[in-house]
Amino acid sequence: MSEPVKKQRAGLFDLRYVLALLFLVYGVVLTVMGLGFTSQAGLDKAAGININLWGGVVMLLVGIAFALWARLRPIVVPVTTEGDGTEPADDATGAGES
Amino acid sequence: MTVLADANLRLDAGPMDYVLLGFYFVLVLGIGALARRSVSSSLDFFLSGRSMPAWVTGLAFISANLGAVEIFGMTANGAQYGVPTVHYYWIGAIPAMVFLGLVMMPFYYGSKVRSVPEFLLRRFGRFAHLVNSLSFALAQVLIAGVNLFALATVINLLLGWPTWVAIIVSAAIVLAYTTLGGLSAAIYNEVMQFFVIVAMLLPLTIVGMVKVGGWSGLVAKITAANSDAAAQLHSWPGSNLTGIANPVLSVIGLVFGLGFVLSFGYWTTNFAEVQRALSAKSMSAARRTPLIGAYPKTLIVLLIFIPGMIAAVVSPELAAYKAAGAPKGSAITYNNTIELLIRDLLPNGMLGIAITGLVAAFMAGMAASVSSFNTVFTYDLWQTYVVKNKPDDYYLRVGRLITIVGCVIAIGTAFIAGQFGNIMDYLQTLFGFFNAPLFATFLLGMFWKRMTPMAGGIGLIVGTASAVTVDVLNRYGALSLSNQGSAFVAASVAFIMDIVISVIVTLVTAPKPESELVGLVWSLTPRDSLKHSDTGENAGWYRKPVVLGVGVLVLAAALNIVFW
Repeated sequence: MSEPVKKQRAGLFDLRYVLALLFLVYGVVLTVMGLGFTSQAGLDKAAGININLWGGVVMLLVGIAFALWARLRPIVVPVTTEGDGTEPADDATGAGES
Repeated sequence: MTVLADANLRLDAGPMDYVLLGFYFVLVLGIGALARRSVSSSLDFFLSGRSMPAWVTGLAFISANLGAVEIFGMTANGAQYGVPTVHYYWIGAIPAMVFLGLVMMPFYYGSKVRSVPEFLLRRFGRFAHLVNSLSFALAQVLIAGVNLFALATVINLLLGWPTWVAIIVSAAIVLAYTTLGGLSAAIYNEVMQFFVIVAMLLPLTIVGMVKVGGWSGLVAKITAANSDAAAQLHSWPGSNLTGIANPVLSVIGLVFGLGFVLSFGYWTTNFAEVQRALSAKSMSAARRTPLIGAYPKTLIVLLIFIPGMIAAVVSPELAAYKAAGAPKGSAITYNNTIELLIRDLLPNGMLGIAITGLVAAFMAGMAASVSSFNTVFTYDLWQTYVVKNKPDDYYLRVGRLITIVGCVIAIGTAFIAGQFGNIMDYLQTLFGFFNAPLFATFLLGMFWKRMTPMAGGIGLIVGTASAVTVDVLNRYGALSLSNQGSAFVAASVAFIMDIVISVIVTLVTAPKPESELVGLVWSLTPRDSLKHSDTGENAGWYRKPVVLGVGVLVLAAALNIVFW
């Protein structure tokens, strides 16, 4: 079994920003629906709770939390010995450690 | 929507619900396209270039398993059996995940194998390797097809799309992002899917709890509706789940059958799971992968069995079905639990999130199968036996091509499953039997250097055959066990037979020379090579695998006491 050449390329986007985007969009949509577009029938279904509004607000907070986390703990690209291994930090893999 | 007929599960999804679903698809495909930029070698494609941080692989680790089959099956268990459903998590998954992280991962990650079958190849040679690679590859494409068909059925039921449209559209999306971005795309999407599933389950649980009047209200309603309410409200001894009336035997069945053999077999040797950990960026991150995943795994069952129990008392159809003793041929069964809850509890808006969560769960399940299938096919079958010694970019191309082939076979399987639903159910049970003997073989192989290559291969075959035998005997009435109980017993027998036969065969055949077993067997591996770095980004007591592992075991034990 030949060992493939080891690459230390850190070449991905930050997933935390994608999660932030997802929850911010979902949060805005649900909050708006909760504030103005949830029918009485919809409220009755959910035992009288405005679940769209509450869900939307929580999702907004989660979205903001992911954005802050990504912002405050940006990915550090490991300096590799190979010349092509140094990519800009905003284009790096995954996320910082949890 | 009003309740029309008792079997009408159609949701009245509005335009905004479709917008939320559509936005999710855009992100899924976007991740695939972005992940493509990082794929420049076969290792990038199949193992994300071993570059993933631990929280990402940890969430992907449980997400690959938290597919729709799991969500439907476990909410159904919640509705039918109640609290004992937790055993699948706190006795089942958690100890096995801790064992994987603490004991087995150093061998997997430290030996630099690229797949679970490859470990068998290094430890036992070609016989065991071929048996496992073929059975795994076959199982994964068929499971992908089963997932696809189940997805299509649910979309058809909930949204009214024709089954074939749902099959083609979802297969095309999964194919697009797995071919483009390989395992990275699959893993990133699994993490996103995890959060969407939580965003579906959490509101469902909260609304349901308010509706039944909190936990005490739920207990009162369950007690009023069931003659065996006590069994449904306490986790132990779980006789209603195992179908074993004797409480002591029932506990043994749960602890040994479910907890030890079935779960250890599944979590520690199923490559679709282990692959997520192998893609981690360091030994430390690889060991923490299952341990970090274990925490959300411990807690998420609360969002699964409680809604299941709630559904059995608030959904009139399901309550009637349960009161009637689950009659055969009913239009509504326990498997519709989650659909009924979504229909009855969530208004437009949150409804869109829930639909997205379900669709995401199915697609992630299929992607996990496809991305582990293409790896085993390319590395373990094609590169090892068919076309050897080609440059790496050749295998990257093979990987992409076989991903397409895998998806096409899955589509075919999905259409066949539409014709023979029961056969597919049975096949899936059957594949579950490969894991228990595999775990026995790994355990012996990792800790007993004498174990021979021949024993590895024959043990697997005999073990699997024993599990199938028990299952067939039970199906034809020779043994009288419940479905769940039969799975526990079949796995236990497979495990024991595998050990017995492996030991016997080992004593009469020649072992591998010790020099070839370094890094693969405990006693022959230098302790240093099983250690991980604990400096830099791996420093800190909260990143120590032992601390994480003990912590989650304590959490699971505490929850067990709460629901005793």
